[in-house]
Amino acid sequence: MAAHLKKRVYEEFSKVVQIPHEEAPAKKLRLSKPSKSAALHIDLCKATNSTDALQYLLHFARKPVETESVEGVVRILLEHYYKETDNSVRLKIASLLGLLSKTQGFSPDCIVDDAINTLGNEKSHQVLAQLMDTLLVIGTQLPESPAVRQRLIEVACKHLSDTYFGVRNKCLQLLGCLGMVDTPLTKDNEGLGISLVPLKLRDVQSIISDYFGDQDPRVRTAALKAMLQLHERGMKIHEIIYDQACRLLSDDYEQVRSAAVQMVWVLSHLYPESIVPIPSSNEEIRLVDDAFGKISHMVSDGSWMVRVQAAKTLGSMLQVSPQFLEQTLDKKLMSDLRRKRTAHERAKELFTSGEFSSGRKWADDAPKEKLDTNTVNLIASGACGAFVHGLEDEMFEVRIAAVEALCQLARSSASFAEKCLDFLVDMFNDEIEEVRLQSIHVLREISTHITLREDQLDTVLAVLEDSSRDIREALHELICYTNVSTKECVQLALLELLKNLNKYPTDRNSVWKCLKFMGSRHPTLVLPLVPELLSTHPYFDTPEPDMDDPAYIAVLVLVFNAAKSCPTMPALFSDHTFRHYSYLRDSLSHLVPPLRLPGNGLDLVDSRCGLGSVESAQLFLQQSLNRVSTIQNLEAPGAQDLLDFTIRDLRRLGELQTELAGAADFCATYLRCQLLLMKVVGVLSILEETYKLEFLYSGLDSRQVATIHHVRLQAKALQLILTARTRLDSLISSCEKFLQDIESFQRLFLTELPHLQDSFVDKLLELMPRLSSCKPVELVKILQTTLRQSGLLQLRLPEQIHRATATIIEPTGESDNPLRFTTGLVVALDIDATLEHVQDPQNNVKVQVLYPDGQSHVIHPKPGDFRKPGPDRHRLITQVYLSHTAWTEPSQIEVRLLLAYSSSSTSLSSPSKLGWSDSIDSLPTPETAVEGTIPFSKPVKVYIMPKPARR
Amino acid sequence: RSCILVSIGGKNIMLDCGMHMGYNDDRRFPDFSYITQNGRLTDFLDCVIISHFHLDHCGALPFMSEMVGYDGPIYMTHPTKAICPILLEDFRKITVDKKGETNFFTSQMIKDCMKKVVPLNLHQTVQVDDELEIKAYYAGHVLGAAMVHIKVGSESVVYTGDYNMTPDRHLGAAWIDKCRPDILISESTYATTIRDSKRCRERDFLKKVHESIERGGKVLIPVFALGRAQELCILLETFWERMNLKAPIYFSTGLTEKANHYYKLFITWTNQKIRKTFVQRNMFEFKHIKAFDRSYADNPGPMVVFATPGMLHAGQSLQIFKKWAGNEKNMVIMPGYCVQGTIGHKILNGQRKLEMEGRSTLDVKLQVEYMSFSAHADAKGIMQLIRMAEPRNMLLVHGEAVKMEFLKGKIEQEFSIDCYMPANGETVTVTTNPSVPVDISLNLLKREMALGGPLPDPKKPRTMHGTLIMKENSLKLVSSEQALKELGLNEHQLRFTCRVQLQDPHSDTDTLHRIYTHLKSVLKGYTIQHLPDGTVMVESIVIKVSSSTEDPNTKVLLLSWSYQFGSDLYCLKRGFFF
Repeated sequence: MAAHLKKRVYEEFSKVVQIPHEEAPAKKLRLSKPSKSAALHIDLCKATNSTDALQYLLHFARKPVETESVEGVVRILLEHYYKETDNSVRLKIASLLGLLSKTQGFSPDCIVDDAINTLGNEKSHQVLAQLMDTLLVIGTQLPESPAVRQRLIEVACKHLSDTYFGVRNKCLQLLGCLGMVDTPLTKDNEGLGISLVPLKLRDVQSIISDYFGDQDPRVRTAALKAMLQLHERGMKIHEIIYDQACRLLSDDYEQVRSAAVQMVWVLSHLYPESIVPIPSSNEEIRLVDDAFGKISHMVSDGSWMVRVQAAKTLGSMLQVSPQFLEQTLDKKLMSDLRRKRTAHERAKELFTSGEFSSGRKWADDAPKEKLDTNTVNLIASGACGAFVHGLEDEMFEVRIAAVEALCQLARSSASFAEKCLDFLVDMFNDEIEEVRLQSIHVLREISTHITLREDQLDTVLAVLEDSSRDIREALHELICYTNVSTKECVQLALLELLKNLNKYPTDRNSVWKCLKFMGSRHPTLVLPLVPELLSTHPYFDTPEPDMDDPAYIAVLVLVFNAAKSCPTMPALFSDHTFRHYSYLRDSLSHLVPPLRLPGNGLDLVDSRCGLGSVESAQLFLQQSLNRVSTIQNLEAPGAQDLLDFTIRDLRRLGELQTELAGAADFCATYLRCQLLLMKVVGVLSILEETYKLEFLYSGLDSRQVATIHHVRLQAKALQLILTARTRLDSLISSCEKFLQDIESFQRLFLTELPHLQDSFVDKLLELMPRLSSCKPVELVKILQTTLRQSGLLQLRLPEQIHRATATIIEPTGESDNPLRFTTGLVVALDIDATLEHVQDPQNNVKVQVLYPDGQSHVIHPKPGDFRKPGPDRHRLITQVYLSHTAWTEPSQIEVRLLLAYSSSSTSLSSPSKLGWSDSIDSLPTPETAVEGTIPFSKPVKVYIMPKPARR
Repeated sequence: RSCILVSIGGKNIMLDCGMHMGYNDDRRFPDFSYITQNGRLTDFLDCVIISHFHLDHCGALPFMSEMVGYDGPIYMTHPTKAICPILLEDFRKITVDKKGETNFFTSQMIKDCMKKVVPLNLHQTVQVDDELEIKAYYAGHVLGAAMVHIKVGSESVVYTGDYNMTPDRHLGAAWIDKCRPDILISESTYATTIRDSKRCRERDFLKKVHESIERGGKVLIPVFALGRAQELCILLETFWERMNLKAPIYFSTGLTEKANHYYKLFITWTNQKIRKTFVQRNMFEFKHIKAFDRSYADNPGPMVVFATPGMLHAGQSLQIFKKWAGNEKNMVIMPGYCVQGTIGHKILNGQRKLEMEGRSTLDVKLQVEYMSFSAHADAKGIMQLIRMAEPRNMLLVHGEAVKMEFLKGKIEQEFSIDCYMPANGETVTVTTNPSVPVDISLNLLKREMALGGPLPDPKKPRTMHGTLIMKENSLKLVSSEQALKELGLNEHQLRFTCRVQLQDPHSDTDTLHRIYTHLKSVLKGYTIQHLPDGTVMVESIVIKVSSSTEDPNTKVLLLSWSYQFGSDLYCLKRGFFF
């Protein structure tokens, strides 16, 4: 209410201000003229030459104009427009008209006629073009009025025959943006009874398509763009356009070709199944195939922009027939007119024939059979070899686009995936890292369709030695999802991974994880390798390997994961293997699965763990919550104990069931807040917890957010009550603030209020009129009683809640060697961390460094330091700079990650965001926006030693 | 070798001035007396254009300019201008100092020749004189290789030199805009070859080197100083960088060092990757590749050595080969073609025992690998270039006749343009369709525009009436009235007449009337008038009737029409016969 009042006051106040302004110029001008236009008018009258006038206009354009005065300003501008002889000034006026009609809240239908009239006498082409642009703006501002549109379209049609390209461009743009979507123009004309000019008899599409053949390439482009615009607005483009668009594919100008590629693509989506004839033969093919062929042809275009466009487009043409698709990978090699096998074919043959060495002989690629000269097709016709070209393109942009397109097509067609494998594997050797990385990612995405051959795997694994960490990790990720065909492959992969581990020890975790998946995917292939891998011998005992050797752990991870689905495997283990198993099962439980081991106590423990299914856990969670909801009164005996136990249960559940960890934690934290409220202790920690609830968990719906806010409101009320006891001086302002909080709560969760019946806030809102008028002391009293009366607000079980977590992998905090550096200089500390379920980490994640003297630094990592290896997962690899004054002894600093939040920006999930930003507009409340940080990773200790500088 | 003479629009241009490496007598240079017989070359040639620095394209340049005598401009790109003299000097040293030949150009001559060179930039249009202009396009192949577009008036020629349509590790792909030349002169070294992707070859190469290094072997790569050598260096350098390898790579000193320097300078001529990263680090500043010293060959441990020359026939590469041949861990990789008779050719053909001079034999135990890294466009590349440039005629040079025949057939079939393949010393004449610019009077143009549709269509020819006046050296198109006025002539009208005899018993006037009514009924949509002076007018055709003097029943029809109205006559004829 107060806000409404305030607003009204504000409005009245601003009106009062305007009156004196209106009066001052009224002596000279018409009475109704507002200040703005008057000043402009005076300025324009003063202007003696065009440069001055232009200056005034430019100056004028910088300031915003109030909605009420727009029309007046427009009239004045038009008046001057007719008087003005200089083209540039008229141009500026025309552009101002467009700008003004965009003013919020102003409806430009009153100036349509005037704007159209100005066109009539205009001689300058540039000004005409600008006027058309203005009309376009006006037209887009008036989407609801077909009559205005109709007029504008007629005007545009009339000026389409202008000799200046700019005017034609703008006319076409206008037609594209305003052309009638649902009905053809003819019908409208008859309906409205407007005189029939031949041009208007035809619909917008055919008018636009006339200009596909314009002499100016810019106009041709504009025509194509206008057509695309029509398509975007939902008009169905006629099929006849296809032929015309195809002709434009061979235009001399790249922007025309580029637009034509888009046009053809759009049409291929609209009419995929239509039949088009092939010229120079009487065969017919589907339109989508034809379009695919034509766009494929553009992959070898002269301009790289067109090539990128074409390659990108190909990826989304999923309806194309398989034989056309497979042609894109077609290449025939020849040497001196003799057919030559490609390296891919040779590799395949070598593989099938069982030979492994390659290329020992010179001329093993010697051409074989003689080719018939007539069958050789030198020019790529149709889709032939489009991707072969695209992947070998000179510009990496084209190559990346081609790789992406391959990915999209391969995902929808398993046979194509199989075929493009060789090509993708080849791309691992590209000179540009981005391309290599992209092709690795792509291969991972299509890995469900494919099984790697040994020679391919060999090439893939060769990349493991790459010095770039991104590449290696992407490759590990790929190997996780790869199927291989033979046990040799598994062995090969293991060997290469161990080599990788040896060369780059930092990859430890990633390599282990990779082997975990490898093992669980190929248990039967691992089985015959087990004796060799564990170096067991049928007769002799072999020495026990070192348990701390990362390579040995890697082997064990592979074997144990394979053993999970292969019950015969444990029989091959030697004694120490079992011991190592139990050790690893405890220390690296995420990598080593529970196994059923014969005659071992471990069996029982592990199987019990396995039984706890997600459903039963879910049920348990729900039951716990139900139990809590039975608490009616917080002061009931046993209520606190019940809460205590439930919190404990939920926390334990979260540890056991990783799938439900987020939800369980969320509930536990919420209940803890309630418990604290009940005990009336730790107000500040409650507030802190509510922020954690709101920002640390993703996937909350607005009901839950409302519940959290509700708790916060309760905490604030409690805070107010507590302050009232101690400090009376600031009580009034605190009360004011609290009232504002209630208001903003009401505004934010208007839709949720019905669900909050009988709650604290519900009661408060009822009492609101009294609250806003009463004295602070009275207010505190009311609060006290309501707070005591209000029951526990029930938490609805969230569906998909994930807690944002961060784990610092590096530094490990285990090092005993202090990091020594000279004081006054900086030392860089490498940080490597994985983040899960963090939204927008580039802006929100910060690194905090705490020095032993209590100093703390917050460092904002560069956006480029974040990588996204998978959905909802991020990886932060960055360096932070440390510096300090000299210490006498080495000491530990703490490093942790913080999640920054700001209640003004991320408070609600996206659907309700709009309402929120609106409310910001109406009443800016910067004081309510709370910003802060939540530590969300375990702190890691780093031993450092700043030495005094030597002098 | 390449040396092509083009006469276009009255200008004579020499494209490339190469020498033949196979001859040691006069035949190695082109026969320049063929051009002028006795006169001076400068008077005959307007300019010389060199496409790139290979000796078979520029080797005869000092001979021509200094010994035969040519003072006109020589055009070449900046890198070519920088590297060309190094190669020429090196070549001169070998022929004169080592083989002791006389009658060869001197160092001073090379310097003098280079003074006549005008450098070109990519896509820069250079006016050689008022009419002749040339423009260079990127051609790949080697550093600084260019294609040239030569234009005189509306006639134009594109000469490709050697080019490569697929990018490699240090150079980009050739590119040309749709300039629609009258003739495209293209090399056709690989007229009958379609090559596999470069990536496979590179991967194989790297894999072989890597395996050998890991075994602790030494790898010898015999190369020629310029071109492929740099590409392979970049390839190995980046691989070493990527894979964090430590084994040393050596490069034989001398010529190559100098050339590498120029590669560092001309970054704009290299490929996208090198151009984009040179700010951080110039790719040609090798981290892992060091200069080779003779003593290093005996060092233990793995290493890679690039050594010249490329066919193992002499010099450093042969010395190293002899040292390493005995160990099967070592490897030699031949990155290019080897001429018959060289050791390179022998070992590639699997010979395991080599006879050295002095009757000693050498057991070849090391592994021998072959890798083709060649930078010419293959058949597909040539076709692609044709598609890019859209020439009206095609001329193939620099290749073997049999292979060119195949490509010629393909080009004619795919593009339906004429294709020529002249032998050495043969001349091909291509007639062009030059457009003649004519001034048109504005009035006439406006009148025509008023007649036609809303906008002129530039792609369609249009007929119009007017008078072409050729006066002094200019052509003018004006309306006929204006032409008459300008030339002070009276207007004459040309009319054609024709007599037709008819058998008709009626009187003259009746006959006329009958004709009138008949025509009126037949020719609908034409203005037909019966004039009071006893004539019928159909549009502008006049019809008169008179009886013949002998027989009153035989009527004579007199038809008269002016020159422009033949179409009216046609319709009149129709009127009579139906």
